[in-house]
Amino acid sequence: MAEGGIPVAIEREPRDGFIVAKLDELASWCRKNSLWPMPFATACCGIELMATGASKHDIARFGAEAFRFSPRQCDLLIVAGRVVMKMLPVMQRIWLQMPEPKWCISMGACASSGGVFDTYAVVQGIDRFLPVDVYVPGCPPRPEQLLQAVMDLQDKVARTGTILGREFQGRESPEGPRSLRGELDPSRQIVAPGNFRSSTRAWSLPTVAGRPGA
Amino acid sequence: MSTPEAYTPPESHAAIVALAKSVAGCDSLIVSGFRDNVRLEVPPAASLEALRKLRSHAGLDLLVDLSAADYLNYPNAVHRYGIWYVLESVETGIRLVVKTWADDPDPRVDSVFDVWRGADWMEREVFDLFGIVFEGHPDLRRILMPDEFSSHPLRKDYPLRGDGERHNFHALSREES
Amino acid sequence: MGLTLADAIAPPDGSGHECQWTLNFGPQHPATHTTLRLVLNLDGEVILKATPDIGFLHSGFEKLGEHLDFNQYVTIVDRMNYVSPVANEIAWHHSVETLLDIKLTPRCQMIRVIFAELMRIHDHLLACGAAALDLGAFTAFLYAFNQRELINDINEWATGQRFHPSYTRVGGLQRDVDDDWIGRVRSFLKGFPAAHADICRLLNRNRIFIDRCKGIGVLTREEAINRSATGPVARASGVVRDLRKNRPYLAYEAIDFDVVCSQDGDCLARYLVRMEEMLESHKIIAWAIENLPSGPVNSNVDDRMVLPNQLSVYRSIEGLIHHFELNMTNRKWQPPVDEVYASTESPNGELGFYIVSNGAPEAWRARTRPPSFIHFSLFPHLAEGHTVSDVAAILGSLNIIAAELDR
Ligand code: SF4
Repeated sequence: MAEGGIPVAIEREPRDGFIVAKLDELASWCRKNSLWPMPFATACCGIELMATGASKHDIARFGAEAFRFSPRQCDLLIVAGRVVMKMLPVMQRIWLQMPEPKWCISMGACASSGGVFDTYAVVQGIDRFLPVDVYVPGCPPRPEQLLQAVMDLQDKVARTGTILGREFQGRESPEGPRSLRGELDPSRQIVAPGNFRSSTRAWSLPTVAGRPGA
Repeated sequence: MSTPEAYTPPESHAAIVALAKSVAGCDSLIVSGFRDNVRLEVPPAASLEALRKLRSHAGLDLLVDLSAADYLNYPNAVHRYGIWYVLESVETGIRLVVKTWADDPDPRVDSVFDVWRGADWMEREVFDLFGIVFEGHPDLRRILMPDEFSSHPLRKDYPLRGDGERHNFHALSREES
Repeated sequence: MGLTLADAIAPPDGSGHECQWTLNFGPQHPATHTTLRLVLNLDGEVILKATPDIGFLHSGFEKLGEHLDFNQYVTIVDRMNYVSPVANEIAWHHSVETLLDIKLTPRCQMIRVIFAELMRIHDHLLACGAAALDLGAFTAFLYAFNQRELINDINEWATGQRFHPSYTRVGGLQRDVDDDWIGRVRSFLKGFPAAHADICRLLNRNRIFIDRCKGIGVLTREEAINRSATGPVARASGVVRDLRKNRPYLAYEAIDFDVVCSQDGDCLARYLVRMEEMLESHKIIAWAIENLPSGPVNSNVDDRMVLPNQLSVYRSIEGLIHHFELNMTNRKWQPPVDEVYASTESPNGELGFYIVSNGAPEAWRARTRPPSFIHFSLFPHLAEGHTVSDVAAILGSLNIIAAELDR
């Protein structure tokens, strides 16, 4: 049990109710074993996400079965399925509503890169607009792959986690590839119209087009 | 399209075709067919009347499908947009495709909302994706694309990958969240 | 209905609808299963008006259909109704084969029938299981998912993918099935009635489930026709229409089965129709698997419409040339310049494709007639006058699949 970041002192017999451990490690150990996923299931991958929760694959074995549909209670966003223009602001808002510390798994080809849907409406990878921790390839990924991703994430939390969330501070920009505007024909580049608001909110965040040098 | 002269509709549809021809403005409608589909092409001015009559008098009570296509640069196409209504009778199972058309710059046809309530969303979808206006529809709004969207994506002059709308969002970083 | 109640609890000062409020439901809500949004105008708990807002999964399927050829597009239609993927493939290729006038071999037809019915069970299991889940019956969902896993295994055995197998090809199938597959189907058939009975025992006499479904979201026969409902939703309202009987395709003409209908038109009726249909599908598969004709799965290769099999590509020059021709971007098929509508009875209702062809191997326009889209437009009509908690029951009974809804 020594790997996986379990605080060293726990292995020795805790006498008199004392544990000697680094605070960071203790916090990470707690966090990693009680990830509460927020299933952001939009499309087919969501069905595999459901299958992962059902009896054959049983995500409860990895301490991540407490699916909560309120972002306020979750610390792991699983984006399962493609995210399209109308949905992206909603997803960002859900992400903003989740309390720190939080992680994100991008499940499936669509969420990670747009997959087979290289069309006008589909966002070509959520990592352009949101920080992502683990990518799961596949279309759809098998439930086993998702379980592996959860385990990898647990590993990552155990290795890099700090109690104050210092590991997040160094990352100022989204880790994914930058805006795709370069792929457009120059004559079309400025055309991109409109601020796409989420229909659940009247105002919108500044867009790529509105940012200097984006 | 197969040549209209060469085509005679099957026995089962003869009465329906005669009925449709009796509608004012439809006397010269084009009857064509392909595989098991029988098609009537009615001019847009008379389409609503013809469809209403087909429902009430020919028993074609189920609107199976309503959609459109953009025939820009299509071989031998005369009109830019074609709109089709696939009708079926629940009793007899007879199926009929009624087609009409619209043209730029202001594509319009009459809404069949009053005839079939099922046309409600299908017409909104066609409006959203093609920009064809259905006159008389009580609530013609975009249905699939965001309200701020300014193009009609299924038109042939709109590129598959779009005009970059899909990248027009704010990117959230770890710091902000 | 709701308005009378509204009057009853209206504030005494006559200020009208002061107690009305608006509830936003979705787009990310567990009871919507996927992504759709409802704006509910409420009076207390009673829904006065429901306004659906969709398009949260609009990914441009139909535009892609204009850029991919008839075989390539099958990977996309798969993803349309991801609860019964092979049924979509069958519907798409049924339309393409109508356009190209291809006759299928008896074996191919029968295998497609088996897959179509497996998909019907697959879909209805999810629809019933998830409907029960939304109403608080979690166990039924787990039972349903166990059976779905078995069907996924059957899929995987035949095609290599759990779902989204892209199994059909123009005029045939990706590959033939083997004896092990038949054995797997047989063993599934053996176990299924017991599992089905388990789910029935959990739900059919369950007071809570029945109370929450009976009399909720009633759709009359006239409205069902007027609003273009098809499939189980229409049949639960007494519309006796099943394309497998009305316009037989594949091998359905030869198969004996019953069309399940109900007259109540409420959520319970839709649930019961689905449950009964699973048994009919079971019957069809049981017959088909025992009467599976032998012979080739791809129709006449000499027509130059169907991909040749692997052996002939590798071992003969004709096969190689032929394969090459069907895959080169400037060769492929030469369909007639015309348009055709053809449809099949998918688990959710009539799934049709209207293909406009300009003679190129890609469709000029590949219109899908999506049952979910049309069924969801029924929702405001069904929900009015009911309470907020009934939204879950109605949505569950309509079985809305978002990718098919928005495409
Ligand atoms: S990756 Fe594949 S399975 Fe997942 S949402 Fe995309 S198309 Fe569906």
